[in-house]
Amino acid sequence: MRIHLTSVFVDDQAKAEHFYTEVLGFVKKHDVPVGEGARWLTVVSPEDPDGPELLLEPAGHPAVKPYRDALMEDGIPLAQFAVDDVRAEYERLRGLGVHFTQDPLQMGPVTTAVFDDTCGNLIQIATKPQ
Amino acid sequence: MTAWTGKWGVAYAGGVADELFKALADPTRRTILDELTEKSGQTLFEICSRLSMRHRLGISRQGVSQHLAVLEAAGLVETRREGRYKFHDLNTAPLRQITERWPVPDTPKPEKSTS
Repeated sequence: MRIHLTSVFVDDQAKAEHFYTEVLGFVKKHDVPVGEGARWLTVVSPEDPDGPELLLEPAGHPAVKPYRDALMEDGIPLAQFAVDDVRAEYERLRGLGVHFTQDPLQMGPVTTAVFDDTCGNLIQIATKPQ
Repeated sequence: MTAWTGKWGVAYAGGVADELFKALADPTRRTILDELTEKSGQTLFEICSRLSMRHRLGISRQGVSQHLAVLEAAGLVETRREGRYKFHDLNTAPLRQITERWPVPDTPKPEKSTS
């Protein structure tokens, strides 16, 4: 068994497409209309184009909002992406106007930071475990 | 009584001191204060991360929330909403109660905390 696809709910798919590609730097893998304006919209890392896809899923279900609001209030990220250098990525993203709820924090061998994806989620970046 | 204002002044002789000493009596709560001293303004998630990763304290998020509630009751932690997030700030002002009640001679520098 392999992890092929995982998802985050997004408030607005067009906005999410912009943020996840133009700002974060992922590339679009699939973009298929599935009716009522919704799209099967996935992105992958350019470093791993055949790797796991992230589905940017419409947040229409009524359970999504209270779930995400509660997690966001407590600063809990919904996904984690690996980067080579958290501090460099933090500076790059801040330069693009991204808001961080947790600045880079070194904890033993791991450094993490948490930012707002502007689509209703907090995302953690972390140095790759060696 | 000196320059105390607001709720601390009013509550000086009341139950606030009990809340303060209760809050300080627990090593985990003192560690939370240490981490907030390093950086004020942390989400619950960040506080939990620091406790587990830096201090190897295996406490649930609910447990940390309860510790924060005790610290908040003592006035040592204040919460601040900023947009959709909630941050915890350190407020050391209530600690003045201790040295005003039991004055200490001037010390060259504060001692490193030990839990």
